[in-house]
Amino acid sequence: MTENTRYRDAALAKRVAERIRETAPKEGTVKICHVCGTHEWTITHYGLRSLLPASVEVIAGPGCPVCIVPASEIDEAVQLALKGVVLTCFGDLLRVPGSRKSLLDTKAEGADVRVVYSVSDAVKMAQEETNKEFTFLAIGFETTAPSTAVEILNSPPRNLSFLVSHRLIPPAMQLLVEMKDLNLNGFIAPGHVSTIIGLDPYEIFPKVYRMPTIVAGFEPLDVLFGIYMILKQLNEENPRLENEYTRAVHKEGNIKAQEMMRKAFNMTDGNWRGLGSIPASKLTLSKEYAHLDAHLKHGVKIEQGVDIQPGCRCHLVIIGKIKPTECPLFMKVCTPRKPVGACMVSSEGTCRIWSRA
Amino acid sequence: MCLAIPAKVLEVKGDKAQVDFGGGVLREVNTALVNAKVGNYVLVHAGYAIQILDEQEAQETLRLWNEILENEETNPR
Repeated sequence: MTENTRYRDAALAKRVAERIRETAPKEGTVKICHVCGTHEWTITHYGLRSLLPASVEVIAGPGCPVCIVPASEIDEAVQLALKGVVLTCFGDLLRVPGSRKSLLDTKAEGADVRVVYSVSDAVKMAQEETNKEFTFLAIGFETTAPSTAVEILNSPPRNLSFLVSHRLIPPAMQLLVEMKDLNLNGFIAPGHVSTIIGLDPYEIFPKVYRMPTIVAGFEPLDVLFGIYMILKQLNEENPRLENEYTRAVHKEGNIKAQEMMRKAFNMTDGNWRGLGSIPASKLTLSKEYAHLDAHLKHGVKIEQGVDIQPGCRCHLVIIGKIKPTECPLFMKVCTPRKPVGACMVSSEGTCRIWSRA
Repeated sequence: MCLAIPAKVLEVKGDKAQVDFGGGVLREVNTALVNAKVGNYVLVHAGYAIQILDEQEAQETLRLWNEILENEETNPR
């Protein structure tokens, strides 16, 4: 199962594309939204949009956890690093603009900012260097939050604290579907988030909003089949929740992970860069683990930052309202080497993916 | 960020496991979130196994895809 060539079979892909063309509406357009940077990568990397008829549009929603971290939370990390705390984070975060500077700028000024592959690396560093204070900037959706929970529940070293910036995907999907001018017709739900949360949190989309919703995997055939299943549901006028990614996603999700998340975190309203505040979409440390909160431990709290720099249109790219190429800064002022907006920073940001297309 | 890669479990030691990502790439991952056994395929995200892959379902997906296509191709709407 580590070789995925079977899920990339060109002949099979051609046949699905043919079915998509047959099933697509002959008049009007269908707008399908996914909410995962890895889906956008698959779609762009394998040129899947070129296989779709003009009447089927696939747009990228806020599926990049790096892109939606608000400037205020970067500012807090910058402030901690400038105070002398060793700031550990995933590599993608380094260039994300804060209100005035990024973590990379702060590192260039001499602060100790370290890239880790996993939260366990931060734990190891704190164990080995007991004379220093460490903070892990914990970002990511439901796929990543359980790993942070594992370490929080596992009595981390006393010199390690956490800036928890995890966000939850279903509330953001609800925001999108309620933006009536987006005119969405179907969701491709994120496969790896779903391995954790299962299927139930998506039920409201077909039931309340009549949106066909397909949980899909990340091979090109997974995505093509997801699109085909949505078009079929629209034709049948019978919107429902279907799971295309059965090899990894079970209805109940990962119960062990859910329990650990419940113990470690509380749910609160959270600010998303470019989207504003979304109810019950952010995780913070639960009362029992408040002593691990870097805000309290080091006295850092920034409420408001500058999320969108002048001229940047990340807030429209992030909801799929415009394509990166419609932003006047794209690949002119804003490039992967010198990003203006967060969507150009992470390898999962829509602008960054398009910069290589 | 939500990228997760399948790997085969070679050895389990408490909450850690030695896994094979294919092509001889071995790595230790944390398995506190799953009940992984030797021989299982797990999905690994940022050093943590987040789910066990179902090999039977993987075969079934391919079979089902072919079946749907054959069915639709012989009975076009």
